[in-house]
Amino acid sequence: MKSAKGTVHKFGDNVDTDVIIPARYLNTSKAEELAAHCMEDIDADFTKKVKTGDIIVATKNFGCGSSREHAPIAIKAAGISCVIAETFARIFYRNSINIGLPIVECPQAAEEIAEGDEVEVDFDSGIITDLTTKKQYQGQAFPEFMQKIIDAEGLVNYINAK
Amino acid sequence: MGMTMTQKILAAHAGLDHVQAGQLIEAELDLVLGNDITSPVAIHEFEKMNVDGVFHKDKIALVPDHFVPNKDIKSAEHCKCVREFARRNEITNYFEVGQMGIEHALLPEKGLTVAGDVIIGADSHTCTYGALGAFSTGVGSTDMAAGMATGKAWFKVPSAIKFVLTGKPAKWISGKDIILHIIGMIGVDGALYKSMEFVGDGIAYLTMDDRFTIANMAIEAGGKNGIFPVDELAAAYMKEHSSREYKVYEADEDAVYDETYTIDLSKLRPTVAFPHLPENTKTVDEIKEDIPIHQVVIGSCTNGRLNDLRIAAEVLKGRHIAEGMRCIVIPATQKIYLDAMEEGLLKIFIEAGAVVSTPTCGPCLGGYMGILAEGERCVSTTNRNFVGRMGHVRSEIYLASPAVAAASAVTGRISCPCDL
Repeated sequence: MKSAKGTVHKFGDNVDTDVIIPARYLNTSKAEELAAHCMEDIDADFTKKVKTGDIIVATKNFGCGSSREHAPIAIKAAGISCVIAETFARIFYRNSINIGLPIVECPQAAEEIAEGDEVEVDFDSGIITDLTTKKQYQGQAFPEFMQKIIDAEGLVNYINAK
Repeated sequence: MGMTMTQKILAAHAGLDHVQAGQLIEAELDLVLGNDITSPVAIHEFEKMNVDGVFHKDKIALVPDHFVPNKDIKSAEHCKCVREFARRNEITNYFEVGQMGIEHALLPEKGLTVAGDVIIGADSHTCTYGALGAFSTGVGSTDMAAGMATGKAWFKVPSAIKFVLTGKPAKWISGKDIILHIIGMIGVDGALYKSMEFVGDGIAYLTMDDRFTIANMAIEAGGKNGIFPVDELAAAYMKEHSSREYKVYEADEDAVYDETYTIDLSKLRPTVAFPHLPENTKTVDEIKEDIPIHQVVIGSCTNGRLNDLRIAAEVLKGRHIAEGMRCIVIPATQKIYLDAMEEGLLKIFIEAGAVVSTPTCGPCLGGYMGILAEGERCVSTTNRNFVGRMGHVRSEIYLASPAVAAASAVTGRISCPCDL
């Protein structure tokens, strides 16, 4: 995937993995079952509102807490095409790259983009365009090594290809 | 430019003389860990990889501890998946119910983690082993799968924050109060992507259990790892528990730190983190309101060790928990359970009106064995008080030390043992 385009669902600081996917659902590892409960404890209607391709925008420390890979798996399987945040918690960051969920760090975009905006993200250039406000932002580029994992659509494919 | 303790361990495991913050490296792993929640996902990914088997059957630890003894059919299926994988790959360190304990209490006790190691675990509290002078950090299931297959992991070399601990903590002040104080000071992302390196003469006053608690919660400040120097106490612990050779690394004198904080342990007071973030801390003296509670949990990878139970028993001895209170005590491993029994601690808990459970992560993450209903409040020695963490989305968790938790169980409101 080279770009993403969709409607923004906006969240604040410190969205933790317990609200992304509560542990009461961690007795399964099936992506579609996890997706059905994505963000349930922070926004009970989230899964009803999300359309395939939509984008999550949050402020700092998105994905803090547990190491559960179920969190980015649930977000991806819920149809989210990209997460933009001011900062990501480090395990969530690794996990997203490893499973091929596109994430972009961009403090200014994270602050200014609003709920419901239409946003487009170009992964090659890291440019984020808010089509609603017509503003553009430069997201942080990945180091070359991480970009290779992303291009391979995850760590397993990357290692298999090596 | 000198290296931090963490950077030295990483450099040695990457076959490099020198590394610097921000550098991407590939490091050899001494141990790869997973539990019953994260391993099934890792096993699924592992099976997609073009490998004949695991990189080293002695260097993988599989510990079903979150939802065991199996809480429902789906959990049982997850555990079965892990058990069969362990059998198929002849994994030495698979711990079945009866031998298992909460992973981060169990592995040091079994001697599987020693100073100088590089350890990854598909559990965020893998940072616990920094108490012994190891580099250990939490990862996800795919990293665990890659680690099991290749014995390697990629890391971005972290910069570090130095915490100089000085002075002797007062009675009732434990590792939990120290780490809650630090998280309150720097915030839940205060150490994001960074090492937390603990130094100073105050460390000599901390038990190993205190140090495990502090390193365990480095992740609650966003830290990549927490790490302690190896002193006589740590060396003695490793000699008692492990037959493995350990290697001591020390930070260079000219190592560079992003920030340095000095904390006088003698000034700390019992500290509680209010809902819904570990950074929302108050000392017991700052709590002016009366906060009635319904449940107390004493246990977890943070505070389920023998010293934690001794402190709780010291508070509960000859006392009874408040009417209507539920107090759940969970020794973290079978050995801790047995030691607590032989020391008479379990008798004290039961006579005080508490229940004592087999080792499990259970209530800490809202799995089972102490789920909260709507509107209920729990004082817990666990590590997270996020929304819905222990049950209903409108329940509340107050994080505290075993001493404060036990005292609160007695009074039915958040209390300091000094006030009993």
